[in-house]
Amino acid sequence: MDLRYSKSDEEFRAELRAWLEVEVPKHGTEPEQNDWESRLEYDTSWQRKLFEAGFAGINWPVEYGGRDASLSEQLIYYEEYARSKAPYVGVNFVGLLHGGPTLMAEGTEAQKEKHIPRIIRGEEIWCQGFSEPTAGSDLASLRTRAERDGDEYVINGHKIWTSFAQVSDYCELLARTDPDTKKHAGISWLILPMDVPGIEIRPLPTLKGELDFSEVFFEDVRIPVDSLVGKENDGWRVTNVTLRFERGTAFASEMYKLQEILARLKKTLQATTRWEATAWDDAALRREVGHLQAELDSLWAMLKLAISETSKTGMPGLGASAMKLYYTDLAQRVTQLCVGAIGRAALSRSPLEGLPDADFLGADLQPLSLSIAGGSSQIQRNIIAERILGHPKER
Amino acid sequence: MDFRPSDDQEALQQGVRSFCEGRVTTDHLREIESQPKAFDRELWNELAEMGIFSLQVPEEQGGVGLKAADAVLVFEELGRACVPGPVLWSHLAAGHVDGADLGETVVGGLDLTAPTIEPFMIEHLESLDRLILLKPDSVEVVEAGAVEGTSIEVPLDPLTPIHYAKSLPTGEAIGGVELATQMRLMGTTLASGLMLGIAEATLEMANEYAKKREQFDRPIGSFQSIKHMLADSFVRQEAARAAAYAAGATLDFPEVGDVERAVSSAKVVAGDAAMKNSRTCIQVHGGMGYTWEVPAHYFFKRTWVLENVFGGVHEHSDRIADRVAAEA
Ligand SMILES: Cc1cc2nc3c(=O)[nH]c(=O)nc-3n(C[C@H](O)[C@H](O)[C@H](O)COP(=O)(O)OP(=O)(O)OC[C@H]3O[C@@H](n4cnc5c(N)ncnc54)[C@H](O)[C@@H]3O)c2cc1C
Repeated sequence: MDLRYSKSDEEFRAELRAWLEVEVPKHGTEPEQNDWESRLEYDTSWQRKLFEAGFAGINWPVEYGGRDASLSEQLIYYEEYARSKAPYVGVNFVGLLHGGPTLMAEGTEAQKEKHIPRIIRGEEIWCQGFSEPTAGSDLASLRTRAERDGDEYVINGHKIWTSFAQVSDYCELLARTDPDTKKHAGISWLILPMDVPGIEIRPLPTLKGELDFSEVFFEDVRIPVDSLVGKENDGWRVTNVTLRFERGTAFASEMYKLQEILARLKKTLQATTRWEATAWDDAALRREVGHLQAELDSLWAMLKLAISETSKTGMPGLGASAMKLYYTDLAQRVTQLCVGAIGRAALSRSPLEGLPDADFLGADLQPLSLSIAGGSSQIQRNIIAERILGHPKER
Repeated sequence: MDFRPSDDQEALQQGVRSFCEGRVTTDHLREIESQPKAFDRELWNELAEMGIFSLQVPEEQGGVGLKAADAVLVFEELGRACVPGPVLWSHLAAGHVDGADLGETVVGGLDLTAPTIEPFMIEHLESLDRLILLKPDSVEVVEAGAVEGTSIEVPLDPLTPIHYAKSLPTGEAIGGVELATQMRLMGTTLASGLMLGIAEATLEMANEYAKKREQFDRPIGSFQSIKHMLADSFVRQEAARAAAYAAGATLDFPEVGDVERAVSSAKVVAGDAAMKNSRTCIQVHGGMGYTWEVPAHYFFKRTWVLENVFGGVHEHSDRIADRVAAEA
C-alpha cells in the first residue's frame, strides 16, 4: 500500500508537464462540434504529436510503439494530461482504448502488425459496431448477419449509436455467424473496413446537437474471412475482452478532470456575489463541495488500486464495473452542481461576455450519456450482483 | 507506487480475520452483551497478545513496529467482526500510557476536538483504568475512577455502555499539540477502517441472506431491486476501501498528499458506506432484520458510535471544503 513516487517517476512527471505546457497551447482550440474535417485533423494530429514525443500508448507494449510505462508513470500521465487540459482522445477513443487492446489480446500476428502501429500514430480511426436498434443492453440478441460465402463473409444488417462512424477507417463489428444456436454462441467479432461497397452511414444528432453517432446500414457487404478476430462463433468471449477494456481505465483522465471541474466550481462560487455575501458563504453548498471532493479523492484512490491490480493480470478486473458506476454518478452530481451554481446564465449554451464560467454552460449534458453508453448503470449493477456477488442471472 | 496491500500486509490481515472468525462470533457478542459491563477481559488479553494495541509501538520499545497502513487493515477486520471494547483508544494510547500496549491498562478516550463535544458521553467507563482526554492542542489522562459519570440505562449500542458526565476532571498532560494532532488523525483513520469493516460485514451478511431466503418460489437475490441495492453497497465498500487505505498510506508518508484531506475523505466515504450498507442489510433481511436476533443491528448501532467520534460526515465535508477554499 505504497503511494510514493520515485525520483525517476518525478522526473517523468517534470518531462511530461514541460512538454504539455508547450504543446497544448500550440495545438489551438477545439473545432466546432460538427466540423468533422477539422475535428479529425485536430484529434489525429494531436495523437501523432503524442506518439512522436513518446507519450502515446502509455500502457501499451514497446513492440507496438507504446511506452509500457510503470504503474506510477501511467497515473502521472493521467493526472498531468487532465491538469494540462490537453485535447480529449476524441475520434481515437475506440482504437486506442479498446479496439487496439482487443487486437493485442486476441488478434493474429498479421492483424496486430497491420493495425496497431497505425492506431497508435493516429493514422487509423476505429468505430464500434456493437449496438443495434433491437439489441442494446441485450447485446447478444444482435441480428446483423455475416454469412460465409467461400473465403468471404457477406454482411447484412443495421447498427446504431455508432460513434465517429463517418470518420472511421475500420469498425469492430459484431455479427451473427450462426443463427441456429443459442444467442451468445453464434456471434463473431470482425474487422470491417469502412470503405467497402454497401455501407451507408446516417448521422443522428445527440441531445447536444452533435452528429457524434450514426446509424450504419450494411447491404451485401463483402469482407475476407481473415477479418475474424478470435474464432468464428467465439465472438461473445472476445466482446467481453473489449468491454472490460472499455470499462476499465479508459476514463482515467476524465476522472481526474472532475477534480479540475470541482476546483473551478469553488472559484466560481467565491466570485459569485449574492446580496452581501458570495455563493461560497452558503454553508449547504460548501458542504456539498466538500463531500464531493471526498468522493473524488476516493475515486482516484480506487483507480490507483485498479491499476495496481491490472498490472498483475494484464486486464481490468470485474471491479471496473464498480469504478464506472461510481465515476458516472460523481460526474453527473458534480456537473449538475456546476450548472446550478451559475443561475440564469445556465439558460445559454453560448458564452456570455462578462458572465460566469463558460465551461459550465451545458456542462451536465454530456455526463448524461455516461450512465447509458458502454453498458448502462443498471447493467453494471446486474454485472456486480451476478458475477461478483453471485446472484442468479436475469436470463 | 503500488497501492495493493503487500503479501505481508495480506497475511497480517488474514491472521486477524481468522482470529476474529473463531473467537468473536455472533454468539460471543450476545454473551458479552449479557454481562454487566459488556466487557470480556479474556478477549482483551488475547487481543493484546496478538499485538493489536502495540501494533504501532516501535520494536525497540517492545511493540510490533508496524505503521498506519497496516493498522488500517487490522481495524478493518476488527470492524468486520464488531469487536467490542475500547480497542481504538487503547491502540492510540499504546506507547503513551503505561501498560496500554500489553492490555494491562485498559484505556478509553473522549474526543474533545470535534465541534460538538457536549454532553460528555463516555464509552466503557466502568471497564476503564484510565481515560484519555483528547483536546485540540493537548492530550491529558485521568484516572477513570475520578470521573463522575452517571450510567446510561439503555445505551444505543448494547456492546458500548455509556456514562454521562456533566464535567470532567483535569488530567495529567502527556502531550501537546503534536501528539494531539497525531492522535486525532490516527484515530480518525482507524475509525474509518472500522467503518470499512462494517460496510463489508453488512454487505456480506445481506448477500448471504439474499441467496438463502426464498419468496415467490425463488431466492430474493434474483429480484433486481435487491440485486441493485447490493451492487450499490459493493460500490460503497470499494470506495471506502480505497479511501481508508489511502488515508493510512498518506499518514505513513505525508509527502504523497495532504494528510488532513486524505483522513477526512476516509471518514466521509467510509462513514457513508457503513451507514448505508448497514441500513441496506437490515432492509434486505425484511422482518428478520428488525429483530434483535439478527446481528445486523449491532453493526448499525456501532456505526452511530463511530460516526460520533473524531467528527462525522458533515464535519469532515466542511473541513475538506475549508481546505479546498484555502488553495489557490
Ligand atoms: C453517447 C453514446 C455513444 C455510444 N456509442 C456507441 C458506439 O460507438 N458503438 C456501439 O455499439 N454502441 C454505442 N452506444 C450504445 C450504447 O452501448 C447503448 O445505448 C447501451 O448499451 C444501451 O442500449 P439501448 O440504448 O438500446 O437501451 P436499452 O437497452 O433499451 O435500455 C433502456 C433502459 O432500460 C434499462 N435496461 C435494459 N435492460 C435492463 C435490465 N436487464 N435490467 C435493468 N434495466 C435494464 C437500461 O438501463 C436503460 O435505462 C452509445 C451510446 C451513447 C449514449
